[in-house]
Amino acid sequence: MTTIAILDYGMGNLRSVSKAVEHVAPNATVQLTHDADYLRQADRVIFPGQGAITGCIQALDKYNLHEVLRECLAEKPFLGICLGLQALYDESEEGGGTTCLGILPGKVKKFPTSMTEPGNDRGLKVPHMGWNQVYQNQSHPLWQGINQDERFYFVHSYYVEYTEQASVAGTTDYGLKFTAAAARENIFAVQFHPEKSQHAGLQLLKNFISWNGSNS
Amino acid sequence: MGLAKRIIPCLDVDNGRVVKGVQFVEIRDAGDPVEVARRYDEQGADEITFLDITASSDDRETMVHVVEQVASQVFIPLTVGGGIRKVEDIRRMLNAGADKVAINTAAVFNPEFVKEAADHFGSQCIVVAIDAKQVGDGDDPRWEIFTHGGRKPTGIDAIEWARKMADYGAGEILLTSMDRDGTKDGFDIALTRAVCDAVSIPVIASGGVGTLEHLAAGVTEGHADAVLAASIFHFGEYTVGQAKALMAKMGIETRG
Repeated sequence: MTTIAILDYGMGNLRSVSKAVEHVAPNATVQLTHDADYLRQADRVIFPGQGAITGCIQALDKYNLHEVLRECLAEKPFLGICLGLQALYDESEEGGGTTCLGILPGKVKKFPTSMTEPGNDRGLKVPHMGWNQVYQNQSHPLWQGINQDERFYFVHSYYVEYTEQASVAGTTDYGLKFTAAAARENIFAVQFHPEKSQHAGLQLLKNFISWNGSNS
Repeated sequence: MGLAKRIIPCLDVDNGRVVKGVQFVEIRDAGDPVEVARRYDEQGADEITFLDITASSDDRETMVHVVEQVASQVFIPLTVGGGIRKVEDIRRMLNAGADKVAINTAAVFNPEFVKEAADHFGSQCIVVAIDAKQVGDGDDPRWEIFTHGGRKPTGIDAIEWARKMADYGAGEILLTSMDRDGTKDGFDIALTRAVCDAVSIPVIASGGVGTLEHLAAGVTEGHADAVLAASIFHFGEYTVGQAKALMAKMGIETRG
């Protein structure tokens, strides 16, 4: 039986993630855990997260998870969600500057409060909260069965700065263009919450459960 | 194209049943919350809000079970309000599967609680619910915060309060006009617009929806980021899909 470890480092609404994964993978063993041995043995790893990145990185320190996380990131089908995307980059502006895992090159920045959009001069609200469209920059097994420009549920005040690089798998516009999904080898990570994005989100989780961890 | 305006059906839950009162008096039974939530999910609701109006705190466990059941079947954001007074209450609801909690009276009595909650769980899951009533006259309207289901005035100005709650770390505001709640006369547009324009966090307009046009007006005239309604959906008068179709026709961005 396939085992799916959901990294539990004491933050955020992990229950929503586990419930959605259980729903799409009724025959899998789904475990919230910060046990390094369990993570090493699991077939797949999900790194969810909500709240502040500073607390997230501190929690990884506290539970001594850096090493096992890097091992998982190197070899297993790996899905990052929200902070689980942001943590993969070099650094974040949050908390006065936080060094992240540096798996992917780039920066995490705060949405400026002065953003506007055409036809709305009142300024965009922060956090970016609600259903926005994701443009798929590349075909990927995790996008299978999901429409181009499909809407997913977002809630975040910091974003991964968009730069042209092969790892960008999806982008979203909210006052500016940001990286909404990233993919490299066995890693896929998203800014939005698939566990809260109804049909499209469940489809993405289903795709992850059957993904062999390669890019095609 | 961009971020969609959200339509949020609200379920007032009393002892595990969906009820809806008119200005908090007449209560009509509107069914089993799990079934009702599933129906709204199928109709395309963008989120669902549960307000626990159970009087006795002993019965609040019922709400936890409702949330647990809904969260294992419905995969859109769920907000729970009513009786959220301590960090422990928030943790319990999040563990049951809620994504956000709405804090109302407890924020008025102890604003620091909002700070504490946002620090602990992140602003993204802290909604501050504001019940406001007009106190100024027509030309120079002012709105004051009321607690205890609209019965107790606090002397606090609604707009200042909204700004303060945003500063304290609220991720969103759920704004209810107590004058309009249950009347079906439409949102208090002046109130909605005043609060929406005063804060940089998203605002959900609530109270008074009787027609689909009212929902659209909350966005176009009230500047709301999301609109909440209860009774027009509960009794089958309208579906969420019909609301979205009308909003889309008016050029409002919605989720298909």
